[in-house]
Amino acid sequence: MISNEQITHIAKLARLRVEPENVAKTAAELESILGYVTKLQELDTEGVPELAHGDWLSNVFREDVAVGSDQDERSRVIEAFPHKEGDLLEVPAVFQDRTE
Amino acid sequence: METAIKIADDVRSGRRTAESVVRESLDAIESQNEKLNALLGVFSSAIEDAKEIDRRIAAGEDVGVLAGVPIVMKDNMLVRGERCSAGSRILENFDAPYDSTVTKRLRAAGAVLIGRANMDEFAMGSSTENSHYGPSRNPWDVARVPGGSSGGSAVAVAAGFAPIALGSDTGGSIRQPASLCGIVGLKPTYGRVSRHGLMALSSSLDQIGPFARTVEDAELVMSVMQGGDEMDATTAEVVDPSFAPAGASEDKGVKGLRVGVPKEYFVDGMDENIKKSVLDAVAEFERAGAEIVPISLPTAEFALAAYYVIQPCEAASNLGRFDGIRFGYSSEGQTLLETYERSRGEGFGAETQRRIILGTFVSSAGYSDAFYKKASKVRTLIKRDFDEAFKRCDVIAAPTSPSLAWPIGEKFADPLSMYLSDIYTVSANLATIPAMSIPCGFVDGLPVGLQLMARPFDEASLYRAGKFYQSVTDHHLKTA
Repeated sequence: MISNEQITHIAKLARLRVEPENVAKTAAELESILGYVTKLQELDTEGVPELAHGDWLSNVFREDVAVGSDQDERSRVIEAFPHKEGDLLEVPAVFQDRTE
Repeated sequence: METAIKIADDVRSGRRTAESVVRESLDAIESQNEKLNALLGVFSSAIEDAKEIDRRIAAGEDVGVLAGVPIVMKDNMLVRGERCSAGSRILENFDAPYDSTVTKRLRAAGAVLIGRANMDEFAMGSSTENSHYGPSRNPWDVARVPGGSSGGSAVAVAAGFAPIALGSDTGGSIRQPASLCGIVGLKPTYGRVSRHGLMALSSSLDQIGPFARTVEDAELVMSVMQGGDEMDATTAEVVDPSFAPAGASEDKGVKGLRVGVPKEYFVDGMDENIKKSVLDAVAEFERAGAEIVPISLPTAEFALAAYYVIQPCEAASNLGRFDGIRFGYSSEGQTLLETYERSRGEGFGAETQRRIILGTFVSSAGYSDAFYKKASKVRTLIKRDFDEAFKRCDVIAAPTSPSLAWPIGEKFADPLSMYLSDIYTVSANLATIPAMSIPCGFVDGLPVGLQLMARPFDEASLYRAGKFYQSVTDHHLKTA
């Protein structure tokens, strides 16, 4: 059983707001899907390694050097900022209680 | 509309101008898109780009193998300066700051990008109904879904807007709409095509691939898009030649080709008409001298469960970048947390939020071992099944979709029933193998797709089998 508290907790972790009237519906949907995926437990995976991607892949390294950016691209990225001051991205205060 | 091969040939040899081809595309869009809602926007530079191709040809330049070919992009692939919404409200005003690698490669080969196709929000869905901009409609019956998530791309090709459209396939999002719309759709091997400039959904599963009417056209586009890219470290530059039988894609016959038929994909209770269409297609291969090999993929029935753990986990992580701060829709709250929650809560649609909740839950403390780690182990078992099967066969034949195109709205209220429409397609993504859907018949006037799967980096066998099948059948020549 997924509790309403669990939904609220998960939503907070996910930085989503689930309105109080939708919590029960969200819990029911999650439970229905989890009920299906729980069939994975039927399989014996003792000693089986995890697969995360194509098994031929290996780490790709490069020198950590700064390269210039395309000016057109840079101006388009800045243009897309929701709030800005000049070329700088403006963000809300990170701390709620600020002591002077 | 003509095939890409014919168009490029005509444009390169001066029999036709790229401008006339692009105008034909734009006319088709103008007359039919309002009904089908396949495209969310047309690129304003299309005519000018076509004229530039014509100027270069007139100057004696070789503009490339896709000369003048109109191509539709899925709305999650960046084209510098063009709107790119991923079917989401959160990006309703977002313009791409740079080109994706596929954008650059297609243009470098002479293609003209003409517009952006509707899709399920952030590519999550199997019907295109999760788009913030309304569902696309299936040209074979406009009351039905085209499949998804790349539904708009599939409709664009099926309705003759363009010979080629790109899609992205995370769990079937190219193959399933190709099946439901009666066209070819290819999901390449993981690592074959760069995802740089594709909005990431599930990074261990996503691949870009083409929709086309013919296998030859799909192969042509792949020849341009594939290959290593320093901007996507998962791409493979050098392909192990032992994977691809030499010259296979030149061979139209299938004599000696071993076609595996997995018993788990033909179970009691499945749609008998779809089963018959697919088995009839297998019989065509047998008649031409292919060897039909009964095979088993015992973990197949667990693939969907593994997928709906792994995919939401990765999606929840990738979608973390949409925070209302740096780009996209922003709704300011009293605190930073409230700004995040409001921007995401108002900007994301219901299915996207559902998957983020699901993905966050199955990877959260106390649950990740039972769900995420377990699913990743099951993924290994699924991969091993295919490794075993490919010792005995060269391609695997199966249905693409368990059902025909269904009426709009039918599965919308029940997420699990929608998820079940991916049951035949997710395995190829989990196992990282290439897979292609090609039209193999009609039931009640609606298309059925045959799914062919092959070893990693052996798209050549898919091309060989697909070209043979289209040379002895005419399903792909029918239009809605």
